[in-house]
Amino acid sequence: MIESSGHEGGHEAPRGFLRRYVFSTDHKVIGIQYFLTAVVMALVATVLAMLIRVQLAWPEKAVVAPETYVSLVTMHGTLMVFFVVSLALVSGFGNFLIPLHVGARDMAYPFLNMLSFWVIVPGCVLMLASFLVEGGAAAAGWTAYPPLSALGKAVPGSGLGQTLWLLAMALFIASFTMGGLNYVTTIVNCRTRGMSMMRLPLVVWTFLISAVLGLLSFPALTAAAILLLLDRHAGTSFYLPAGLVFGNETLPHQGGTPLLFQHLFWFLGHPEVYVLVLPALGIGFEVIAAFARRPPFGYRLSVYSILVIAVLSMIVWGHHMFVSGMNPYLGKYFSIVTVLITVPFSVLGLNLIASLWRGRIRLDAAMLFALGLVSAIGIGGLGGLYLGTATSDLYFHDSYFVVGHFHFTIGTVTFFGIYAGTYYWFPKMFGRRMDEGLGRVHFWLTVTSLFPMFLLMHYQGLGGLLRRTYDPTVYAYNAAARGLNLSITLLAFGLGAGQIVFLVNLFRSMFAGERTGENPWQATTLEWTTESPAPHGNWRREVPSAHRSPYEYGRNGGAEDFVLQSAEKA
Amino acid sequence: MNGNGATLATRPAPLGLLGVLATVGMLFAAFTAAYLVRRTAADWRPVALPAIAWANVAVLVSSGAAVEAARRTGRGPWLLAGLGLGVAFLGGQLLAWRDLAGRGVFLATGPHGSFLYVLSAVHGAHVLAGLGALAYAGARPAALGTASAFWHFVGGIWLYVLVVVSVL
Ligand code: HEM
Ligand SMILES: [Cu+2]
Repeated sequence: MIESSGHEGGHEAPRGFLRRYVFSTDHKVIGIQYFLTAVVMALVATVLAMLIRVQLAWPEKAVVAPETYVSLVTMHGTLMVFFVVSLALVSGFGNFLIPLHVGARDMAYPFLNMLSFWVIVPGCVLMLASFLVEGGAAAAGWTAYPPLSALGKAVPGSGLGQTLWLLAMALFIASFTMGGLNYVTTIVNCRTRGMSMMRLPLVVWTFLISAVLGLLSFPALTAAAILLLLDRHAGTSFYLPAGLVFGNETLPHQGGTPLLFQHLFWFLGHPEVYVLVLPALGIGFEVIAAFARRPPFGYRLSVYSILVIAVLSMIVWGHHMFVSGMNPYLGKYFSIVTVLITVPFSVLGLNLIASLWRGRIRLDAAMLFALGLVSAIGIGGLGGLYLGTATSDLYFHDSYFVVGHFHFTIGTVTFFGIYAGTYYWFPKMFGRRMDEGLGRVHFWLTVTSLFPMFLLMHYQGLGGLLRRTYDPTVYAYNAAARGLNLSITLLAFGLGAGQIVFLVNLFRSMFAGERTGENPWQATTLEWTTESPAPHGNWRREVPSAHRSPYEYGRNGGAEDFVLQSAEKA
Repeated sequence: MNGNGATLATRPAPLGLLGVLATVGMLFAAFTAAYLVRRTAADWRPVALPAIAWANVAVLVSSGAAVEAARRTGRGPWLLAGLGLGVAFLGGQLLAWRDLAGRGVFLATGPHGSFLYVLSAVHGAHVLAGLGALAYAGARPAALGTASAFWHFVGGIWLYVLVVVSVL
């Protein structure tokens, strides 16, 4: 058991470069470490996406080999979901923000926190190293379905690459579990005086629920992965049925069922979507409140909706498996609960929109991305209705409609959340601002390429284009939708170029951005009551107490239209 | 919840423990689900549990009792006894594996046997963690409450697993 940090202060800033920036137990340093790790992994995952698009635009040139193509798709998906979005959004912003928001000097278990980061580092290394081993990286999709993932010789990537994939995922789960334990305990136990649960900023609520969901759902993937490893290396038959023939040799496995893996995987996989999307919505609430100068609409309703989403998200996983031959009655059940989720989800989306009503809106880069996030929720949610309905999913399953859909949800909503959060909290992280002009250029380059690109993918899916297909020219029925591939690839290049603007802005601003004071956005929550960047222990003086709601904007009509959460009532 | 003024900085250990128990509990729930699915296949042949499995239960239960006595009395020898019995339990589990292997039931022989190995191994890993926690509590008595709760949970999980693999 690890001792919890004192909340009473008495923190000494550690001396020495290693203790300060490398093996640090300071939640802010750890948050930034996670964030920068995610940036590196994002570079890799984006390059993979570009290679995928190059191959699809010019299949006759055969830029990549067929077996490499499936590795690219697999690793692009895996890296983006687990090593980019999870790390930046949940581990990065979660670590950085939670103690500052609840009024704590650090996480409940700072040492565990450091450990969680140093467990993910070898995870990243193993994932990346798998490109270099014989046979290349895993190729069974980010979902790692057996038998492809269970038979070492199925495709080149099913060999050592798949084993490394499983080990790296194990490290990821370990790290995420440690992080989740810290989030829950810090949010519940380490709040400052007056910070009742209903005075928490909404983003903290989303981190709390996201952490609980993670703790409850990841074990299913752990169990699935252990059994998969044994099927791969110990000759068991948890997932492998009888009658598999390899070359001219019949494999000795019998009795296993690949569907078991699918159920276990999606028991994690679906909640994972909410683990990622909820914090992005939370960031949306914070940023929209600050830039519309209004309290978010319907605080309580939003909290309850988040709770309902969390419960429902654990019982809908079967909507990924409508075509797996499940009992139609079961399919009906999964359809109904899936469509039910759109109710609390729409409440959140509408609350975000209603928060703008009569606001005095400032369109800074952070706000632009927050608004983009809201529209991505709308489009993603709409596509989700078609996929959640079993009858239409029979047609859409495994098509580019699905690819377009999930890029709007776990792709765009989350990335826009990360961007909005970065522009917004950068001053608190580094004491400097990011360049506003470049930020707007980044936003407009991003939306003008991203939205048409993923919308066109929906359209290709309507035309029947199959996903995870190396060469769409080989199937006649793909011909109709194939023509759009070149345009989509050009849009993808545009999107990639737009992100270079962000990277330049990010790293230049760290060293050369305009310096800022405590509260550059005139926001209300507790992190803005300390200097920028926040010092070790977060407040040099006493930890502030919470005396009011976190969003007192537009209240006192004077020169200052906001009241800090820590301001005592008159 | 708390209104103005009340200090909220409470000890995080109970909630942290609850989080650990929840996530470990879900792990065994997932294995149970896998077990229930897999046992419907035609090749499912139940394997008789090794006789020593029941002796091991007795060892584990007495270890729990000793740890509980240590928690209530705060006396070191009880804790040592609990630790020793915990180690003995792991030894007994190894003997159970030897028994299975002696009867020709290896990891990949049949599905029921596979689950016996997997579940006892995963459980054993948590026993090791529990022993570590108890040892830590030996050095820092303030942690004994948390460590013993985890130990009882790990013991309870094993009883649960035994019910699953012998009744279902
Ligand atoms: C840079 C912009 C991106 C582009 C151009 C892009 C492109 C693609 C394409 C074309 C595919 C499908 C390949 C195929 O099925 O043959 C794909 C798959 C996927 N992408 Fe992206 N993507 C991008 C960003 C993202 C982001 C931000 C995420 C976030 C979480 C993401 C997650 C995934 C996942 C999970 C898959 C499925 C992998 C699989 O089928 O196993 N992508 N991407
Ligand atoms: Cu889902």
